[in-house]
Amino acid sequence: MKAEILREVIEARAQRRGVAVVTDLDTGAQQIVARGDGFEDAFRFDKSGVVDEKFVAIHNPPLRLIIIGAVHIAQSIIPIAQAANYDVTVIDPRGAFASGARFPDVTLLAEWPQDVLPGLALDARTGFVALTHDPKIDDPALELALKSDVLYIGALGSKKTQASRRERLMAAGFSDEQLARIHGPIGLNIGAVGAPEIAISVMAEMTQCLRLGA
Amino acid sequence: MDHTVLETASIWLGEGRKVALATVIETWGSAPQPVGSQLVIDGAGHFMGSVSGGCVEGAVVTEALDIIQTGTPKVMSFGVADETAWKVGLACGGKIRVYVEPVS
Repeated sequence: MKAEILREVIEARAQRRGVAVVTDLDTGAQQIVARGDGFEDAFRFDKSGVVDEKFVAIHNPPLRLIIIGAVHIAQSIIPIAQAANYDVTVIDPRGAFASGARFPDVTLLAEWPQDVLPGLALDARTGFVALTHDPKIDDPALELALKSDVLYIGALGSKKTQASRRERLMAAGFSDEQLARIHGPIGLNIGAVGAPEIAISVMAEMTQCLRLGA
Repeated sequence: MDHTVLETASIWLGEGRKVALATVIETWGSAPQPVGSQLVIDGAGHFMGSVSGGCVEGAVVTEALDIIQTGTPKVMSFGVADETAWKVGLACGGKIRVYVEPVS
């Protein structure tokens, strides 16, 4: 590997750009292919591999999880997400919730989601969950997530909450197809009881979307 | 792909060390480390990262030291049919191919 290629791969990661390094295993010749210029599935599923004696090494940006709501369930989701290599950002405009004492190990933004999400470049390596139950906070955040290509959108709330949220978002101009991206009620149905088990079901569902595209 | 290894490779290069990179490019069966796992090796035999559960690293590091000298990359295969596979931590029927290349 040439030092320039190594530098470019490290730089791309810092800038959250996906790149592939394609190596001809017979000659050692290498080239960089940017995400969008080929190997779509390999990027999507983060899967490096050999094709025709060429090794395609996928270098995707780090996984990131954005949590709307510095709530109890967030506290259970965070350690599981971190163990699965997500960088976690928690956003909640309510200062009493968004306290560093409650959330010591994450990026914590005590701001309205619509003020800070546009600066976070929601991309295909980002998972998104809205957990506040409060439409004032969750809805503007969900609207921005729906307009992005985040890998997962989850929204906490009962079937009734989901139905009224759906009506509001339809009124805001989103289509059935767009709204189908929202996983709500959130998480795989594993009969979860309590915050830690709900957190497991949420991270399992996010993993399923990441690895299987479901 | 494990980026700590690439970042280490970059730092070592910056320190003027000779560097090689080993990458798992294919696995069959229950290989201990997935495709994309990497090991960085310097000219003195220091290494960081992992391409298997254990002793494949020894063989890879030895080969990497040659490759740092010759500058020619090489594909190495380790399989379960090999008696050493048991010893090197591929006991579950795994087989891996590792690409070893100089970084310069």
